[in-house]
Amino acid sequence: MPSISQPIADATPAFELKGRMLTLSVLRPLITDHNQLAAQLDARMASMPELFRHLPVVLDLEAVRGQPLALAELVDCLRQRGLIPVGVRAGDEADEAAAVAAGLGVIQLGAEPTRRPEPAREPPPNAGLVITQPVRSGQQIYARDGDLVVLASVSPGAEVLADGHIHVYGTLRGRALAGVQGNSNARIFCQNLEAELISIAGVYRISENIQETGRGRPVQIFLDGEALRVQSL
Amino acid sequence: MERTSVARIIVVTSGKGGVGKTTTSAAFAAGLAKAGHKTVVIDFDVGLRNLDLVMGCERRVVYDFVNVINGDANLNQALIKDKRLDNLYILPASQTRDKEALTQEGVGRVLEELAESFEYIICDSPAGIERGALMAAYYADDAIIVANPEVSSVRDSDRIIGILGSKTRRAERNEEPVALKLLLTRYAPSRVQKGEMLSVDDICEILAIELLGVIPESKAVLAASNAGIPVILDTESDAGQAYEDAVARYLGEDRPHRFLSEKKGFFGRLFGS
Repeated sequence: MPSISQPIADATPAFELKGRMLTLSVLRPLITDHNQLAAQLDARMASMPELFRHLPVVLDLEAVRGQPLALAELVDCLRQRGLIPVGVRAGDEADEAAAVAAGLGVIQLGAEPTRRPEPAREPPPNAGLVITQPVRSGQQIYARDGDLVVLASVSPGAEVLADGHIHVYGTLRGRALAGVQGNSNARIFCQNLEAELISIAGVYRISENIQETGRGRPVQIFLDGEALRVQSL
Repeated sequence: MERTSVARIIVVTSGKGGVGKTTTSAAFAAGLAKAGHKTVVIDFDVGLRNLDLVMGCERRVVYDFVNVINGDANLNQALIKDKRLDNLYILPASQTRDKEALTQEGVGRVLEELAESFEYIICDSPAGIERGALMAAYYADDAIIVANPEVSSVRDSDRIIGILGSKTRRAERNEEPVALKLLLTRYAPSRVQKGEMLSVDDICEILAIELLGVIPESKAVLAASNAGIPVILDTESDAGQAYEDAVARYLGEDRPHRFLSEKKGFFGRLFGS
């Protein structure tokens, strides 16, 4: 036990508290039935499980304010699915009290118009993930908020995903999903297309439906309206 | 386990079953011992042991790997000395237990003790990507990936290569990665020529790792395992010679690949293919 006469400067610090700016996802419940919400969430997650795993979310309760929402049950539902609710958006005393009761923080978000459709997110410039080794069968690489560059081949049974573009400087044999958060301007580039599945912003095509003419050479894949186009480079 | 000696731990693995891991482990162990290196080969296939059969020591098994891990016996009681080669020892697996009996800490202790007196420790991995295979690979310095020239085998080998890049002690400690070497087995050049079988080039392009050797399809392999003799000791056979080349390459020698094209007899050359 340190004696009182010990100067404070000698004590080694046990922790630091720092301010950080973070980007967090916001989940806005639009109904109070948390079971139905969970069912829809399951459907959305089925196609993109990696996207949601361990995703911290802030709950914005504005759309259901004044309605009876069982916040604790909703939080449980989300946690069971691997999401991590970290707090509730500040703005209403009742919300904040409910947050505290459910063991969540209260988070100030910037001023937001109440009804705003989520715009397709452009990949921020200079953000990107570069992989230099082959992506092996069973491996899954996700470039969040940016492009993915693979300086080798992608094996059958491997998956590469990106919010932005995907570049494979080798043979693409596995599955490639670009623009996974909805960016329909994302493209896939590869030196040799032998993919099992290609997808841009959720519009996908399986290997069987990729024409022979698109195979075995450098191509780019992009969305033309609602249709995927495979074009020689 | 902290390494104080320079013993080299080699895992022989594949993902796919039945491609030639045990045949290769036996041949490699015998080859290294013949070249003068004190070598031990360990059967990690707890419950489905075959290494003792292929090495011809199945009638001399008293204690096994799991006994040593559990402290029922010490290493000297469990190790079986090969009758043909002075430098060669075998640590058999248990037939009555299963892979749950292996613990990472126990395996580490045994390997550490073996590293004190052996130059090469070969771990004959079971098939699959679960506990037994992961245990066999965890402490490896080198990995011999055994594959048949066949699509499922190549796919499974790719999977295990990915796993070796992340689930080994070297990967966890961010040390130099496990050195990966490809050994193709059951290669039939005539079938490759007809387009029925994947070629060496195709497979190397897909797997993108160093090629250690190509072992031709050979009747000598079955004959050798039935007789309980590692096939590398059948020096007349093509498979035996191919394994010898592979061991030499592993030890740093530069040897050309001898069995990549069909050997034609006199009539074959006279009348064409």
